[in-house]
Amino acid sequence: MEIVTSEFFQRALIGGLLIGVTAPLMGLFLVLRRLSMIGDTLSHVSIAGVALGFLIGVYPIAVGLIFAIAASFAIEKLRKAYKSYAELSIAIIMSGGVALASLLFTMGKGFNNNVNSYLFGSIYTLNSTDLYVIGGVTVVVLIAIWSQVKELFLITFDEDAAAVSGLPVKFYNVMISVLTALVISVSIKIVGALLVSALLTIPAACSLIIARSFRQSVITVVIIGELAVVAGLLIAGIWNLAPGGTIVLLLIAVLLLLLVFRRGVRAGS
Amino acid sequence: MGQANRMTNTGANCHQEVISLEGVSFSFQQQSVISDLSFAVKERDFIGLIGTNGAGKTTLLRMIVGLLKPTSGTIRLFGEKVDRFKQWERIGYVPQKNSLNPLFPATVREVVLSGLFGRSKLFKRMNKEDYKKCEDALHAMGIDDLQDKRIGQLSGGQQQRVFLARALINNPSLLILDEPTVGIDTETQESFFHMIKHMHQHHNITFLMVSHDLDMIRSYLGQEPAASNGKLKFHIKHSHETQDCVENDLAHSLKGLREQMESRKEVVLIGDRN
Repeated sequence: MEIVTSEFFQRALIGGLLIGVTAPLMGLFLVLRRLSMIGDTLSHVSIAGVALGFLIGVYPIAVGLIFAIAASFAIEKLRKAYKSYAELSIAIIMSGGVALASLLFTMGKGFNNNVNSYLFGSIYTLNSTDLYVIGGVTVVVLIAIWSQVKELFLITFDEDAAAVSGLPVKFYNVMISVLTALVISVSIKIVGALLVSALLTIPAACSLIIARSFRQSVITVVIIGELAVVAGLLIAGIWNLAPGGTIVLLLIAVLLLLLVFRRGVRAGS
Repeated sequence: MGQANRMTNTGANCHQEVISLEGVSFSFQQQSVISDLSFAVKERDFIGLIGTNGAGKTTLLRMIVGLLKPTSGTIRLFGEKVDRFKQWERIGYVPQKNSLNPLFPATVREVVLSGLFGRSKLFKRMNKEDYKKCEDALHAMGIDDLQDKRIGQLSGGQQQRVFLARALINNPSLLILDEPTVGIDTETQESFFHMIKHMHQHHNITFLMVSHDLDMIRSYLGQEPAASNGKLKFHIKHSHETQDCVENDLAHSLKGLREQMESRKEVVLIGDRN
């Protein structure tokens, strides 16, 4: 239990509380726009950036972030080339990211252990710089969503109607991509690059089951995200488990419970 | 092709041109979809657009609202080139209903209110006046009691009323409808068209409607198309053919219509066919 009071654990908890808000919020917009897989792609690409960061001795999260933003623009470009086969561009960029990451891994054998903590997440490696970066990203994301929630709703619900009502749809598409890249690149140290997409998509999947309104779905994803992150970190800390895996399995458990509960409600009514 | 040019010369000149197209062409992958189309829609005109699949109906509509760029030619809305047009709140747009994801978590009220989101300022919250507009639009469409329902739970006809309410919340001068009755049963279609006609006759609204419903288009806009371009056919009722009395309160007048329809449903449906 001492681990819970230790400084590194409390840093992880604060970091977790912050991404527990931002990741599910961005994920909600992505899922509703049928871009669930984009989180996976951006996180795999940002791992290549993290590896490059270690190789050249630059703050890995920053390089990861640059890679993730570049990838989100590349996806937009490719998406236009393939029109309705949008998921094709997501698959291509994702494998490109993994390929690049694997090349960079083999080039710098010394940092393999460090990179490991980015792949699966590690609460032991979060330092105070990381915390400041996560805090900054959280502020940016929350201000952007709070000030633009109406516009983001309209664009998510009906992109054509949004354009006809005079919204700069391109600007908002770029905004969503960049914010997603920001959230993912700061989340991978806590949840892990291989698992971060679950923190984006599963709360949204839960909200599709229970939320009646958009307002409710926003509240739902934040509550579920926070619950899973805090409970997951505590369980992982106490029993010395991988934090990312614990958080994701908790999220899936919540989703299953909701699905079962909903069936129960339907059968009962 | 040149036939469509006739349309520019008809109609009363005192009315403002709401939509004007000059030599508009559109090609997709070297295939010409629309070629050299010119026409003008005047205030309070009703244009019904008919064509087979692939005739370019949706393409034309998307060009008019600025979602697609024409390969050549100029499109103007209220006299302003479409790429520089700013007064989008003057246009109500009702998309094809089949684009809706039934699981989308949004209530009817949220969807209708979103009609106001395009022009709202940064950080501006919805105020009392906005909620009043929403109430009025819901009321006009007779869907007050559905406002807290999730949009995906509604029937096709009800969803179409929601989208019409969203388009009407800004009191638009131009209403664009893209196949508004696809997948809706005949009776609901009839009452939907009845409502559209009523709005055209009693309110200062210009209509552009793409439809596959030949009967409705012909009975209201005339048997023969007034113009054509390739496979696109334009049926038109000009502003000077409509009654001149214009009521300002749309919600009130549609409520009256609804009550009238509900009390003598049979009569309205039959008498409506001309």
